[in-house]
Amino acid sequence: MTDETKIYADLTEIFNDVFATDNMKLTPTLSAKDVAGWDSFKQIEIMVSVEERFNIKLNTKEIDSLKCVGDLVNVISKKAA
Amino acid sequence: MQQLRWLAPAPDFRTRLRALAAETDDIWPKAVALANTQIDFTRTNALDETVRRRLDGSPPPGLTTKPVRLAVLGSSTLAHLHAGIRVACLRRNIYATTYENDYGQYLQELLDPNSGLHAFKPTAVLLAFDAAHLTQGLHAALSDNDAKAAFEDICQRLVQCWTLIRDAFGCPIMQQTVLDPFPALLGNNEHRLPGSKSRFVARLNAALRALADAHGVDLVALDDQLRRDGLATWHDPSLWHRSKQEVSPALSPTYGELVARLIAARQGRSYKCLVLDLDNTLWGGVIGDDGLDGIVLGQGSALGEGFTAVQEYAKDLARRGIILAVSSKNDEANALEPFEKHPEMVLRRTDIASFRANWDDKAANIRAVAEELNIGLDSLVFLDDNPFERNFVREQLPMVAVPEVPDDDPALVPGVLADAGYFESLAITDDDRQRSAQYQENRAREQLRATATDLDSYLRALDMRMVWNRFDSVGQQRVVQLINKTNQFNLTTRRHTDADVQAVMADPKSFGLQIRLLDRFGDNGIIAIVIGRMLDDEAVTIDTWLMSCRVLGRQVEPTTLNLIAEQARALGAKKLIGEYIPTKKNGMVRDHYAKLGFTVVETRPDGGSIAELDLTRYEPASTFIHVAEGAYA
Repeated sequence: MTDETKIYADLTEIFNDVFATDNMKLTPTLSAKDVAGWDSFKQIEIMVSVEERFNIKLNTKEIDSLKCVGDLVNVISKKAA
Repeated sequence: MQQLRWLAPAPDFRTRLRALAAETDDIWPKAVALANTQIDFTRTNALDETVRRRLDGSPPPGLTTKPVRLAVLGSSTLAHLHAGIRVACLRRNIYATTYENDYGQYLQELLDPNSGLHAFKPTAVLLAFDAAHLTQGLHAALSDNDAKAAFEDICQRLVQCWTLIRDAFGCPIMQQTVLDPFPALLGNNEHRLPGSKSRFVARLNAALRALADAHGVDLVALDDQLRRDGLATWHDPSLWHRSKQEVSPALSPTYGELVARLIAARQGRSYKCLVLDLDNTLWGGVIGDDGLDGIVLGQGSALGEGFTAVQEYAKDLARRGIILAVSSKNDEANALEPFEKHPEMVLRRTDIASFRANWDDKAANIRAVAEELNIGLDSLVFLDDNPFERNFVREQLPMVAVPEVPDDDPALVPGVLADAGYFESLAITDDDRQRSAQYQENRAREQLRATATDLDSYLRALDMRMVWNRFDSVGQQRVVQLINKTNQFNLTTRRHTDADVQAVMADPKSFGLQIRLLDRFGDNGIIAIVIGRMLDDEAVTIDTWLMSCRVLGRQVEPTTLNLIAEQARALGAKKLIGEYIPTKKNGMVRDHYAKLGFTVVETRPDGGSIAELDLTRYEPASTFIHVAEGAYA
């Protein structure tokens, strides 16, 4: 499993937990407007979960620059490396 | 920091949550079980969402606890903490709904009778103010006098909030102590800077202790928790700027615990008894194999001192009112030997109210402990180093709390027990301090009963005195505690609040009796509560009659009736009306009034009944209990 595949797998688990579902399909272009219930609270829940899971700290600029799942994966792979 | 570390992890959480969502039957018991696993904030949120979707705003049918409507008031974002609070209530079998004021509008909503807050009709209020709000206007150049004035002002504003809440809702108030996120300006001697926000918060938290006590407010001691876990665990400055969440959402399970413990304690639902395993829990090694000289305990080894620390913690719990019991797989003689002969034992046989050492399974023994002590299984905590025994008891007796403990280091055990908050108490009464002595006296009574030839001679030899008094402010705490936690000998199970009890005191047409029983072996404490109310037609209805089961079979019931009759006659009543409202737990008093000579005049389909006693013809029963009015202070 490449690093990126592993990150997608972990992220899918997080999204499944956050949105209480089994079938979240994450793609690089997926963003908040595509997912019902992905509001600012869920956004923070995702960020805090990501920080715990990957043992990283996302700074304010990084969080502000996130537009889609692909951006998030890039930040994680850079930070967790 | 591992949150909820005393709960067992649930590797199958996801599967169980999906099953819960699809469950066609009553979901509540399974939801309670899931809440009692080690879950992080995401899972807490998911569980909360599932339960709320299924219950759709109303408590599950047949719930034995009191549903709570909690208003969470503050001046920053608090919505992320609600799920943690609701799930922590669920963990305690309590159904909670919550309300949050519109952003920043807590005072307006308190003042406006048409606000959403008033429409919500809270039965409990939590004030959770952020530090930025409370330190508004403070800055480093402030003079000493101005800083003092600001401090007085904040204290007054808090008291004003409490008064508004009490007047509007008459419900319990919880005040969260203040989190200190402020960087130091002077450094080590920060206290020399009058305008230091950090020092302001520290002073406010110190002052809140006395202030809250004076106003009957309970504290959610976030500051104590922070001292243990560190600021960085609880607070993320970036998140504060992003979303005005002062407490990090990740900590919502622990925050919820702090709040729910107080809610449960207010309902008298804290745990009462710690059941201890012996081998490798109170001492190292196996007494049956290693013998008195072989077990590890006390001075001389780090491990031995670790076990001493466990015993000392248990002993201190007992000194403040927690009952201790033992459940051990051992021959009784072996199990008793350290208690009687080991010089390093902190706990002695007299500290243990119920001692079960045999080869029955632990669940059976824990049941026997509950029966002997006459307390519910849901008030027991079972401490055992052995994972097999823990899982067995959890499976057999899901209502018993069984903390996960590190099985290789006793030094960590007291911390886990404390973190779990099982024994959360709002106050300490004289009864609490004397509890362990009371159980020793009970054993002496049992011995007397064994030697007495018949019941009458036993009762006479007990030399019992019933000392009663009207409700008063001194006894109020204990009265409310008993009203809210007595389940078995309780005719109506009406759960009255502090305000209700005060209303009884103020009403000349009502009487509230607190009744204490003493005998030659000691003081049993307040053992019965009665509330009577005069109706229009020369009848007194008995709103509440409850009694501690530990004085069953001692003629307390007919003696209490004599007292009630006397009080009712003094109000001019010619008739007493007694009501029985059945619950899952009070079957023992189904025929209470009939046994006392009342005539049953109405029986309801649910088994409830109304009974009457003609006071014009009532002759006081003759008993072996001497009755006197007395003071409780």
